[in-house]
Amino acid sequence: MTHKHTIEIQNNGAPVLLKDIPVLEYPEFSHQVKDLLADQNCHCVAYYAIPFEKKLKFLCCIANDLTSKVHAFSHDQKTSGVVLESLSSEIFAMHVYEREIHENYGVQFLHHPWLKPVRFPFARFNRNSTMNNYPFFQIESEELHEVGVGPIHAGVIEPGHFRFICNGENVIHLEIHLGYQHRGIEKLMLDKNNPLQRMILAESIAGDSAVAHGLAHTGLVESLAGIDVPQRLQIERSIALELERIAVHIGDTGALCTDVAYQFGQVVNEALRTTIINTTQLWCGNRFGKGLIRPGGTNYPSDADFIAAMMSTLKDSGQRFADMADRIFSLPSVLSRFDGIGVFTQEQARLTGAVGMAARITGINRDIRKSHPFQYFKNHSFDPTMLTSGDVLARSLLRKLEVKQSIELIKTWAEILMDSMEILPRPQYNYKLQPESFAISLCEGWRGEICHSAITGKDGEIIHYKIKDPSFHNWMALALAVRNQEISDFPVCNKSFNLSYCGNDL
Amino acid sequence: MIKEFKIFRQHGKQFVPNPGNVELAPLFRGRPIISNLPDEKEIDKLLALCPTNAIVAKPFGIDLGKCVFCKECHFLIPNKINFTNDYKIATNDRKKLIIGFGDNTPVKLNPDLVRKEIRKVFKNSLKLRQISAAGDNSGEMELNASGNVNFDMGRYGIEFVASPRHADGIVITGPISENMAEATQICYDATPDPKLIILVGTDAISGGIFEGSPAINRDFLKKYPVDLYVPGNPAHPLTFINGILSLLGKKS
Repeated sequence: MTHKHTIEIQNNGAPVLLKDIPVLEYPEFSHQVKDLLADQNCHCVAYYAIPFEKKLKFLCCIANDLTSKVHAFSHDQKTSGVVLESLSSEIFAMHVYEREIHENYGVQFLHHPWLKPVRFPFARFNRNSTMNNYPFFQIESEELHEVGVGPIHAGVIEPGHFRFICNGENVIHLEIHLGYQHRGIEKLMLDKNNPLQRMILAESIAGDSAVAHGLAHTGLVESLAGIDVPQRLQIERSIALELERIAVHIGDTGALCTDVAYQFGQVVNEALRTTIINTTQLWCGNRFGKGLIRPGGTNYPSDADFIAAMMSTLKDSGQRFADMADRIFSLPSVLSRFDGIGVFTQEQARLTGAVGMAARITGINRDIRKSHPFQYFKNHSFDPTMLTSGDVLARSLLRKLEVKQSIELIKTWAEILMDSMEILPRPQYNYKLQPESFAISLCEGWRGEICHSAITGKDGEIIHYKIKDPSFHNWMALALAVRNQEISDFPVCNKSFNLSYCGNDL
Repeated sequence: MIKEFKIFRQHGKQFVPNPGNVELAPLFRGRPIISNLPDEKEIDKLLALCPTNAIVAKPFGIDLGKCVFCKECHFLIPNKINFTNDYKIATNDRKKLIIGFGDNTPVKLNPDLVRKEIRKVFKNSLKLRQISAAGDNSGEMELNASGNVNFDMGRYGIEFVASPRHADGIVITGPISENMAEATQICYDATPDPKLIILVGTDAISGGIFEGSPAINRDFLKKYPVDLYVPGNPAHPLTFINGILSLLGKKS
């Protein structure tokens, strides 16, 4: 099927000129979105508005997971007083994109089912909308009560506010109010117009995904600057990404044990996670891989000693994790708190446009590593791990399975690295970007799909930078998963998704 | 049960016996050393390169309160600037975070700045309330790790608690966003006196890469003295633990 009203782009592929992106009338645009999204292999990876040449330009990118193509198209509106028929009324997965546009520019979306604030950005359109007057959904009833939690939580975690409406112990509704972490990163990406600063910013979008966001950023600037990196560097970057996934998944397995009071599982997994992040530290001097990913080259090429040390740690810790996980998933006291709890269905996943782990535990085959391969995944066939039950058990089991899969991947790649020892280039901080262009970069971090896209101006300067973390979609998944659950199961449900507050708030 | 014993045996002893005396990975980016003074041209290049203005031109130095430890200054002039794996870089004196030419001694605490009641009241038990004020979650994860089976700061009576009312001080990570400013103040006010303020990570100490963002609001820090600065991006658990131990005048 060809879509004549769109232009096709590839993940990390050659940028397109901004003027080549078709500008449609809104009814035609709306029709195009619905037409593409009628295919279950397609999902929207970006839809946002930017002020551009005295207009408000709305850019939309819909990715086809079968063809590995991204369809880009747009519509233009005047800068103020825009009223549009919402797409979300028919395709709910678009809700969060339209909410963001509404919050930033005051665009009215008619019949939008849930036009709530997203993150209270400093430059929001409506200054009367403040952190203290979030419009919570309310139910008038003498039988129900509300529970408010946060922004500061009991543990050492990021801030966010959860408002539950409960009937006794049962959660009827959960609304998640975010925005506390807003640092204005997208604006800083333009203000700090120095490639190294942008790189550091990208690593700070979500520190637990420093490698994944770093890769999305370097993939983007490398395609805009026309930089090709050697295969060896692509392998090293892919290894770094999988190490990040392994470390977080093991840590999360421990944290899930904490939430169901299985302390043995907690401490063993904490110690195992330490071995993995210390491997990253051995490689680049930082336990989170900050500094490892750089545009055009690397400051920390791997050598034979490091690869041997990494493989020995992965072998040992991988085996110990497998033993521990077998124990965890055979304990009745753990299973009774995981099994059938916080079910997120495939129907809900399609409805909310869930990505990453949240989609794969419902049987949806959505993984950028397969559908829009980047770095060394371009040369490596990959089959995502999927489960179908959608509960806390599936989300924990998926971690166990993905750890095993990632270790296998690294093992294969390490052998390729050992066979040749080519010298890698140093990072490039003086790149020139192709002017008046648009490019998109997708990367599958441990949470799911990360999307960075940018538009350049006349002199190749970045005039707009857009970041999307998987949490942007998946917070709604958590809110739906805890419905009709006991409120005491909220912590374990929350941990099983482990979404990013700062990734959403930017 | 038998399986658990097997895992237990594999697990062995995981704790770091002495957090004050650990040899971290050689590449760990800790305290820098400026062994040769860069010339004027090099200084100009460094000033342009450093992403967070951590390079001080006169007298030449590196401000660890602003440094994000990207080590790019070293890669520019490797024979003049280097980063050691010395992780003990926390201090209560903001000025001591500036590492000058030739400085090759550990970053020290300034005993004159330690309030009298701190050591008297908190030496044997210190409960802290953590506030993530737009931290990127790496700092928060390292603070969690400080209490884990490896680093085990609980052995010194140092712990994170759920409520500010149970706490002896607050630990801030992140540059403090405008949207978190009010909650930070409320949390501090809810903590009983005497109380500490500890800033962990470069973002918290100076704003780091977020300095100048219109979305952050650091007015809170103008109102109160800071008891401890723990640099890092993120700060290593050992940096945090040793910083607190020296503040309390305890041996590791």
